[in-house]
Amino acid sequence: MSPRPKLDLRAKSHLSYFAYACHRFSGLLLACFIPLHFLMLSQSLRGASEFERYLGLTDFWVFKFGEWALVILLAIHLVGGIRLIMIEFGPWRGLRKAWTQVAVLFGIACGLLFLYLAD
Amino acid sequence: MLDMEFNIKYLFISKKIIFDLFFTIYRYNQAMSNSDLKVKVWRGAQEGEFVEYLVPRNPNQTVLDVVTFIQRKLDPTLSYRFACRVGMCGSCAMTVNGVARWTCRTHVSQIVEGDSLEIAPLNNLPVIKDLATDMREFFDKWKGAVGFFKGDKTRHDDFARVEPQSPERQLANAGIECIGCGVCYSSCEVVQSRPNYLGPAALNRAWTLTNDVRDVQQLDRLRAVAGDEGCHACHTQGSCTERCPKKLEPTASISGLKKLVARAAVRGSKWGKL
Amino acid sequence: MQAKLWYAQRISAMVLGLCVSIHLVIIFYAIRGGLTAEEILGRTQGNIAFAVFYEIFVLACFVHAPIGLANILEETFSKGFISKALSSLLAVLILILGTTAVIGVYTGGTL
Repeated sequence: MSPRPKLDLRAKSHLSYFAYACHRFSGLLLACFIPLHFLMLSQSLRGASEFERYLGLTDFWVFKFGEWALVILLAIHLVGGIRLIMIEFGPWRGLRKAWTQVAVLFGIACGLLFLYLAD
Repeated sequence: MLDMEFNIKYLFISKKIIFDLFFTIYRYNQAMSNSDLKVKVWRGAQEGEFVEYLVPRNPNQTVLDVVTFIQRKLDPTLSYRFACRVGMCGSCAMTVNGVARWTCRTHVSQIVEGDSLEIAPLNNLPVIKDLATDMREFFDKWKGAVGFFKGDKTRHDDFARVEPQSPERQLANAGIECIGCGVCYSSCEVVQSRPNYLGPAALNRAWTLTNDVRDVQQLDRLRAVAGDEGCHACHTQGSCTERCPKKLEPTASISGLKKLVARAAVRGSKWGKL
Repeated sequence: MQAKLWYAQRISAMVLGLCVSIHLVIIFYAIRGGLTAEEILGRTQGNIAFAVFYEIFVLACFVHAPIGLANILEETFSKGFISKALSSLLAVLILILGTTAVIGVYTGGTL
């Protein structure tokens, strides 16, 4: 005897749900990151050299990877958000699936640009 | 440069043709397979198990045909709902391979996975027995969203004149074909995570009535869809619009409601203050 | 109330759309050849335009993120005081830490 089946991945395997999931996931991670980002930036109150010292704490590869990932998440969340604004406030033109593709592509583009420009 | 573009387009088109070909052959093979279907059907109620039945294949077989075969020839204790069996009434909606569908309009050959099929009752609704669900909460929420019409004219008044091309009427027409089958409700994850959420069908109906110029309950309706369990709980996941067998778009209706209610909450509506 | 929260979140989203686009451009410009405190402060110190821009950014985040978090918490755990508590905590953190950061990079430690 087991409990009745519930909505599983098969029900959610469509592009619009994937867009929602990416948006929620990226938003959650960004929300966790922002206070830390502000905390780091507020070290500037200690003056340039102290700020530089705190910035140096982030030279670990884990932080570098995190920065790269967060830029990609920000890009995805931005374009996914524009998609939602189009759906909710713009003229109705369906679930705006093209915007989901743009979100993914823009995320990839930002990720690559970051790797190219960072030292 | 022009050559490259042409080559790339050619590559994409040929990839698509090859993919379509493979897909057609694959599905044809599956359909032409002679082995029996292994059909897992939910037996029980809120607690139960999947029981497997072997069902012979037939050409043009629908999932409803499969369920009917099981009940008539293999296990008469199976409970399920159907009525018109031709895609008009929506009674035969069930969860097939995890996706809510009308079983009379779902060909086995289109959704079979190898030899197997999984049939379960509609999600998000309590199970009465086997494949039949209790749809009372679905219709109660319809009432809860004031999804019913009330006018102020009597038989002694002249006909109401509604211009068919008016923007409101066109918006209403886009959503009024709903027959209350429950597929959208049962595909919505917000319904699952917020048990009081009114759901796409109720909100879609509320939207069509909001655009009905003859209706006199607009303020009540706005209040009904403005609460915690109203239109703003929708996360635009779009499962409702993806799965609606009548190709309606509850996401559009709910977006319309969201704007209307937000404006009403902040500035007041043409029918009064919320 | 839900309607007002939804509206606030969408309006702040539009503001953030603009702010984030600009911020992304700044990020890509700034990380070329590495990022040092002097470079950052060299741009932001005494620059009132940056200070105003980033304070608007902070205020928009302060509205947008906690409402989003509240929704996620309400749907993963049941509706209760925990979603209100955690999202209020986030709101406070964003407002205070964010404004501190803006003041910090504007003054560059010469407070």
